[in-house]
Amino acid sequence: MTKMEKPANFSRRSFLTTGGALVVSIGMPISAETLLSINTAFAQATATRPPLVPNQLSSYVAINADGSVSAFFGKMDMGQGLYVSIGQMVAEELDVPFERVTVYMADTRTSVNQGGASGSTGIQSGGKQMRAASAEARRVLVEMGAQKLNLPADQLTVADGVVQAKSDPAKRATYAELIGGRHFNVELEWNNKIGNALYAPGKATPKSHKDYKIVGKPIKRADIAPKAFCTAPFVTDIKRPGMVHARMVRPPVAGATIESVDEASIKNIPGARVVRENNFLAVVADKEWDAIKALRQLKVQWSNSKPPFIDQAALYEYIRKAPVRKREDSKPVGNVEEAFKSAARVIEAEYEWPFQSHSCMGPACAVVEIADNGHVTCWSGTQKPHFLRDGVARTLGVKPETVDCIWVVGPGSYGRSDADDCGNDCAVIAKAVGKPVRLQYMRNDGTGWDPKAPASIHRARAAIDAKGQVIAYQFLSKGFSRVDVNTNGSQPRDTLAGHFRGVELRSGDNFGVPAESYAFANKHTAWETIPPLLDRASPLRSSHLRDPVGPQIHFASESFMDEIAHALGVDPLELRLRHVKNPRHAAVLQAAAKKAGWESRPSPRKGQSGNTASGRGIAYAARNGTVVAIVSEIEVDRSTGKIWARKFTVAHDCGQVINPDGLVHTVEGNIIQALSRTIWEEVKFDTGNVTSIDWLTYPILDMTEVPEVIDVVILDRPDQPPTGAGEGSTRPVTAAIANAIFDATGVRLRRAPFTPDRLRAAMS
Amino acid sequence: MASFTLDVNGKSHAIDADPDMPLLYALKNDVGLNNPQFGCGLAQCGACTVHLNGQPIRSCVTPVSAVGDGKVVTMSGLGTPEKPHPLQTAYVAEQVTQCGYCINGWVMTAAAFLRDNKKPTDEQIKQALHGIKCRCGTHMNILRAVKRAASMMG
Ligand code: FES
Ligand code: FES
Repeated sequence: MTKMEKPANFSRRSFLTTGGALVVSIGMPISAETLLSINTAFAQATATRPPLVPNQLSSYVAINADGSVSAFFGKMDMGQGLYVSIGQMVAEELDVPFERVTVYMADTRTSVNQGGASGSTGIQSGGKQMRAASAEARRVLVEMGAQKLNLPADQLTVADGVVQAKSDPAKRATYAELIGGRHFNVELEWNNKIGNALYAPGKATPKSHKDYKIVGKPIKRADIAPKAFCTAPFVTDIKRPGMVHARMVRPPVAGATIESVDEASIKNIPGARVVRENNFLAVVADKEWDAIKALRQLKVQWSNSKPPFIDQAALYEYIRKAPVRKREDSKPVGNVEEAFKSAARVIEAEYEWPFQSHSCMGPACAVVEIADNGHVTCWSGTQKPHFLRDGVARTLGVKPETVDCIWVVGPGSYGRSDADDCGNDCAVIAKAVGKPVRLQYMRNDGTGWDPKAPASIHRARAAIDAKGQVIAYQFLSKGFSRVDVNTNGSQPRDTLAGHFRGVELRSGDNFGVPAESYAFANKHTAWETIPPLLDRASPLRSSHLRDPVGPQIHFASESFMDEIAHALGVDPLELRLRHVKNPRHAAVLQAAAKKAGWESRPSPRKGQSGNTASGRGIAYAARNGTVVAIVSEIEVDRSTGKIWARKFTVAHDCGQVINPDGLVHTVEGNIIQALSRTIWEEVKFDTGNVTSIDWLTYPILDMTEVPEVIDVVILDRPDQPPTGAGEGSTRPVTAAIANAIFDATGVRLRRAPFTPDRLRAAMS
Repeated sequence: MASFTLDVNGKSHAIDADPDMPLLYALKNDVGLNNPQFGCGLAQCGACTVHLNGQPIRSCVTPVSAVGDGKVVTMSGLGTPEKPHPLQTAYVAEQVTQCGYCINGWVMTAAAFLRDNKKPTDEQIKQALHGIKCRCGTHMNILRAVKRAASMMG
């Protein structure tokens, strides 16, 4: 452990020593102005802060002159209150009141790369690091207090940011007195990873959950009021002096290239001009409306290239037959093939899932400014500003240190959306025009040209013996890759700017297998990916959309559990409980069923008459340690095929709960969005291009279709690590509804989404 | 180009603009407001909703020339932290938003609806908000907030 507490060697800085170890950088004498402005934290970042590196305590936490705390978080909050939870974890470990902590998020000027929003790891890994850093800061402060008070550290305690003698509270030193306004200079034990995997603890051990006073409390978000009173800007509201406006010009047929651009066609529009590099084409004007007019008016001759796509009606047949580019098998249990040979019965089914779009509430927006000294600043709604910084640097051919990326809340964020494309596009334009540029996509760019969740098919098979036992289980997914373009904007080859400008491509391969703990004597799961329909600048390029490949896989695997239960004539919950092995998995199933008043019986429900049929379904899934079971209760209008998902009961175990209020809101958002994806969402395309380009052609759930109740049962496990809630409850929704439809109507839907037309056709 | 004088949140603003330019761009770029927002430009989502003479309109498809001397009120003109509109109070109390980009559509539509409809049923509220989009899926929260505001407005 000699690595820790070794001071970084900075010139122009002296050090305060405690017990022979140098821990605090005093830096330059601090002026009154600095002391007053220290609360903004940004003042600190420029003055005397040690380098912003993962192994420095100062990269995560600072005590300001007034004793308030700044926490620098290399992830962002997509609006689920994550920053509140992070503030709670920091305040808890530091023993300061929650109100004293400000969390600064996702800004390359103030935080290291903790991966941005990614895989529901905000608390699981991001919070873990903030907790470790805060615990270390407290330990260092106690040591400093020991020095100042001339008492051994073990005779001290901390309350409300005051280090004091256990025996005599009059012997005290506040955090502000000890270090306020100066920076920690403590080296941490960094695992040399960046992104989600970054971990850099100090010597301190975080508190036991038994001592928590702030973690676990339902503290409210402070960022709602600025939105309700319109006092805080969205990324769309960022304005820079001299800023001009841009719009992208995309080909009408995907894959078409530019033959010629008639710049004269927009010459009547004031200040309008074209930015072109290879097939990258944008229009720029001083006024936003003029840029939009130029977009509409510009005459471009596109190549008459062959439409790249297939007939959408043949999509699943195409996937079935497409060559496999990569396959990955999970470790088999037993001998599946032999077991199937000995089976008394075999049950088989295949499920289909369409391409889906992020369709964020607004199309992406970015502002890029390149200063005279070459420094680049990018304001973006991206989930991953540190990676976007790297992408912008590569796109512009400059060093990453030359670029800062500042996340500003944008129009929603659910994965690798159009935001990362937009930041890179905007950088290219800003360089070309030599002025600050604001680029906002149009609606058809946001829906038609965002990276899509991959379409897939899923085959499941079960072998049943003569006694009605499931003796073998097999599950295979085949689909487009979840990383045809990668999940962040750090490489030009993963962005539209790179594709249109002609960089070399590298499409990745990944999918996934069901995440459950069903034990069968013989079990085998696998996935296969197929090449994209169009490898360059495709509006059907696939990447991560909330709970990447989770909804599709578990729609299939959890529908299939019900198909087995039906074949065996048993209650679907009972079948699951027979096979589920992990006790926490069994616990969520039982908790959801109990709260929902689950009646044990096989599906479908008997004795349904009349136009409205009602049913219930259950499904569960795990996700990186989190496990969620959902009971959905629905009504089906037989004449229209319309489903009303009246009630959801969600049992949620994500380990230790940091903020139960935030958790419930997060779960509700998951359920509504997943319900929307289940009933309505399917990207439409013809052979030439994506034809889902707005809210009419890509409908989502309407207010008149929302459930009456979403009942969330939290299984808090304070002694377990927190594992994340951003996506887990999205995962089982589709299957829970499919199973409820079967319960209500006896009809099994194996293709999503469950639109009224599709269900009505299936019922007739 | 033509000159217009817009009455926005009780203040008058002289702007030069193309008569076809939607009001939205005048509000964002000429008046310089942080609201409303561009969601679709097609009157499909509500993100750009403002009041024109008390009625909710989609500013993304309303030409600036059609506004005349009508009174435009945006969400920031609805209330202030000191004197909040009940919907703003309710939004904060119910912790409604995720990203919040949809907020203008819900709040401005609901504000006009609640002003004209006292003690609405849940069904009436849902119908009044039909067609407005929230991609983050905060609908349960929105309903709770509108109901809370409805009870505050008696
Ligand atoms: S932006 Fe006006 S309705 Fe969508
Ligand atoms: S809160 Fe994000 S769209 Fe409504």
